[in-house]
Amino acid sequence: MTVTMPEVSAGEVQTIVAARRLRHTKTVFIGVGRPSTAALLARMVHNPELILVYESGTIGAKPFHIPLSIGDGELAETADAIVSVPEMFNYWIGPGRIDVAFLGAAQIDRHANLNSTVIGDYAHPKTRLPGAGGAPEIAASCGEVIVIAPHAKRTFVEKLDFVTTVGHGTGPGSRERLGFAGRGPTAVITDLGVLEPDPATCELVLTQIHPGVEAGGVREETGWELRVAEELKTTEPPTDEELGKLRELLER
Amino acid sequence: MAELMSLSDAVAELVSDGDSVALEGFTHLIPFAAGHEIIRQGRRELELIRMTPDLLYDQMIGMGVARRLVFSYGGNPGVGGLHRFRDAIEHDWPRPVEIEEHSHAGMANRYAAGAAHLPMAVMRGYAGTDLMARSTVAPITCPFTGETLTAVPALRPDVAIVHAQEADHEGNVQLWGIPGVQKEAVLAAKRSLVTVERIVDKLELAPGGIVIPSWVITAVAEAPGGSRPSYSLGLTDRDNDFYKFWDKMSRDRQQFTEWMNENVLGKELSKR
Repeated sequence: MTVTMPEVSAGEVQTIVAARRLRHTKTVFIGVGRPSTAALLARMVHNPELILVYESGTIGAKPFHIPLSIGDGELAETADAIVSVPEMFNYWIGPGRIDVAFLGAAQIDRHANLNSTVIGDYAHPKTRLPGAGGAPEIAASCGEVIVIAPHAKRTFVEKLDFVTTVGHGTGPGSRERLGFAGRGPTAVITDLGVLEPDPATCELVLTQIHPGVEAGGVREETGWELRVAEELKTTEPPTDEELGKLRELLER
Repeated sequence: MAELMSLSDAVAELVSDGDSVALEGFTHLIPFAAGHEIIRQGRRELELIRMTPDLLYDQMIGMGVARRLVFSYGGNPGVGGLHRFRDAIEHDWPRPVEIEEHSHAGMANRYAAGAAHLPMAVMRGYAGTDLMARSTVAPITCPFTGETLTAVPALRPDVAIVHAQEADHEGNVQLWGIPGVQKEAVLAAKRSLVTVERIVDKLELAPGGIVIPSWVITAVAEAPGGSRPSYSLGLTDRDNDFYKFWDKMSRDRQQFTEWMNENVLGKELSKR
């Protein structure tokens, strides 16, 4: 490292924590933005064999740059295989061939259900969001889901305005009743910490806080009475390697 | 056999007011030139179908072309929202637009069913979501296993329009790179137009290339650069800066209108 690192931002910690989750993952399904950055970082630092799958049908893409869209030319040029959209969903996502999927959302509830459709009333929305995209079926069928979201009260809400994507439904047994093969959300990684579902109730519990964050502060930014794990962990600070590679990646 | 036509003639012949029209291309090969020609020819009351409305439908909706929109993801990929799409849904500007929304898997299966001329496709999906009630899908029981699945109705647009890298003089089309639902859309539609970067004497089969035979296509029109600011792999690059520019510029109705007047309405095609 030739330069001294300036202070680490919350967003950088969030990306680095997400990348660490992919240490032993074979295949990861990613959208653009922070999840894509995290997956590229994981390939650089933790898991060079990690197979990236993008919704555009590019399987095994190895982009050098962080793509702006899921369909950037570099993804197609570096992919092991390129498939159509029907094939992507019917042959690859549906049968559960992808181990981990990263998803984002505008709203998330205590059972990790997601809204990316509307804020407010459906017919007369306050904010019309992009909509479902691939999320409902990705969350149903991929091995597990990791949600990446900014931690704020307007995102972590008591009740979703619209259920776009089922996480753990109304609690234990929901996914089984709906016939979903995947395990559903196993972690929600925010800029403040990590929430994981309680194995007994499927309710999200704060299990990890990033350095310098207080549990009380996380509870304040959550729209429901957030439970805190008895053994609350603190995120290992980013290593020089992680931070250096992340910044190198963002600079490319 | 597909007829080779100018883009303006092809749009005039194939697209009428009130038609259901699918302009497809999943991030890649988006038929911008054809969409712009539809705007220039003043088509109205269209049912616009597209998995990812993207900037193209943002432009068409903002210009008042659409009566109805069928879609699965209305965002500016990697950048944010679509402001004209939002303004139409949130504030009925420039006119109210009825919406029917799905998931990507649902739309992809609807096209595949359309291409197969089946009435529906069967899939696992939508279950447990609020989309189920807001969409045109229904639960169905598998007659063999008893499993509850989801039935989605086939898409059979009046017209499908897609962009591809090249065609030969007989109108056989080849595309490569991200194939999206291009082939499914063409085979599902009653009429189809393929715009291409170039007409070549002979198609040299590209690795991973998909050929759509001339005899299932209605018209082929040469439109070099016709997917910009999207791209045609190997021939043009995606203009990521334009996608970012659009996010800023299109927030304002007047700026949007002026931009469209200057860059779309004001630009006549060279060959009419």
